[in-house]
Amino acid sequence: MKKVLAIVLAAALCLALFAACGTPATTDDTTAAPTVGSTAADDTTAAADAKLTATEGVLVMATNAAFPPYEFKEGDNFAGIDVEIATAIAEKLGLTLEIQDVEFGSIVGGVQTGKFDIGMAGMTVTEKRLKSVNFSESYAKGIQSVIVPEGSDLTKFDDVYSEFDAEGNPAAVKEGIIIGVQQDTTGDIYCSSDPADFGVGEANVIRYKVGADAVQALKAGKVSAVVIDNEPAKSFVAANEGLKILDTAYTEENYAIAIAKENTALLDAVNGALKALTEEGKVAEIIAKYIPAE
Amino acid sequence: MAEFFASIQKKFILCFVDDGFWKWLVQGFKNSLVITFFAVIIGFLLGVVLATVRSSYDKNEESLRLRKGIGYYLLRFFNGLCKVYITVIRGVPVVVQLMIWYFVILVSQKNGVIVAVVAFGFNSAAYVAEIFRGGIMSIDGGQFEAGRSLGFNYVQTMIYIIIPQVIKSVLPTLLNEVIALLKETSVAGYVGIMDLTKAGDLIRGRTFEAFMPLIAVAIIYLITVIVLTKVFGIFERRLRKSER
Repeated sequence: MKKVLAIVLAAALCLALFAACGTPATTDDTTAAPTVGSTAADDTTAAADAKLTATEGVLVMATNAAFPPYEFKEGDNFAGIDVEIATAIAEKLGLTLEIQDVEFGSIVGGVQTGKFDIGMAGMTVTEKRLKSVNFSESYAKGIQSVIVPEGSDLTKFDDVYSEFDAEGNPAAVKEGIIIGVQQDTTGDIYCSSDPADFGVGEANVIRYKVGADAVQALKAGKVSAVVIDNEPAKSFVAANEGLKILDTAYTEENYAIAIAKENTALLDAVNGALKALTEEGKVAEIIAKYIPAE
Repeated sequence: MAEFFASIQKKFILCFVDDGFWKWLVQGFKNSLVITFFAVIIGFLLGVVLATVRSSYDKNEESLRLRKGIGYYLLRFFNGLCKVYITVIRGVPVVVQLMIWYFVILVSQKNGVIVAVVAFGFNSAAYVAEIFRGGIMSIDGGQFEAGRSLGFNYVQTMIYIIIPQVIKSVLPTLLNEVIALLKETSVAGYVGIMDLTKAGDLIRGRTFEAFMPLIAVAIIYLITVIVLTKVFGIFERRLRKSER
């Protein structure tokens, strides 16, 4: 009796294993072209016979919802500039938007493997990322700001360096300078590079999972400054007394949407929709809603 | 097939060689080992103390209560304290404890590794204490009586007769705790410490390759645990010699 039970259980386990490893639902090439909104139709007709998204009719967007005001959680829902722009794009393309909240560092990899259709997380176009995915046209401008405590010795980012070479490029970092960053963001990548590349070097960077932790560490005095995107920086400074943003930003960069290299149809469709939305003034409207003009 | 190996090789070079990312793995592994090593020492020492208090009370409660001396109330107080400590530590996830140590208690300590050693050490102590208490309680009462009748006092009986036997019997469970601790250090990345998991995480974030860094990290942990098991195995065998 026991033996039979054991065999049955083992069989059930094996089946479960196979089921888990089974190939995902095969893509159906014969089905009709995806439904496309009228505005973006011109841009997508060329790719009408290709499949636009992994699951038909659904646009899966990967983001890291801890980056206000670009994306954050409001109760159980997602909100923010990226979320609203993605919603508008999906609407234009006649798709339903589905948002997946993942770690920032997993977004590009997930888009590359087709797990997500698009990646939108206040993401800057970099050489390295371009090797793995394509990027749409830029929809917003990102500025990397430096947050310091009030009364800090640092008045501009260059103050972290103790030496400059003959051409005025940084050569060495001051003793005891530690920069806090959010792991895998452009701030992390830039700051981790050597002083000659305007970073502070591996050893002087502490990488936190979320920006709020870096700010917390700054308040606790564990790091000398935090380099993070300007918009979240503003929210952090507004929420925490005794912190300020330096007048001179660290860098300026462009935000764009990550799309898998093979999926040029989706890239064209998204670019088309984005262009239409920009012309309608919708993009500016959304950005203005979250970032009041100064 | 050749194509497959070529692509594997390409990914390997991209993930570990190109930008010198292997150095992160080395540094992360070193930090993981350092944190585990010192945390095990703290956990062991503090755990034995906690276990001694707890089991002394449990074993002698009746006789002490009858005597009603100050010793009874003192022991009862410390037993209560140990119980609260063990309950709190075991009831709170280690990540949360680590963050409390990092952001709330040891605010002025800038070296994250030290904070992690303290957090994991104090965490481990609670588990080690219960392992040792189990060991002490399992020693036959006759051993205590024999020790006492030979003229040893309570502490001497503990040190020379009970604890040596306890260590032998708890060694396998203790190894369990060390292994668990080594793997638990993988949450150190939450407070910006570069441990092995974080190193793999960073490589993943930079190269957008999931397979290579994750498998590399998994293999390093696995090998470490296998080595640990071997070392403890040798230890156990040595201790067993006296049984013959």
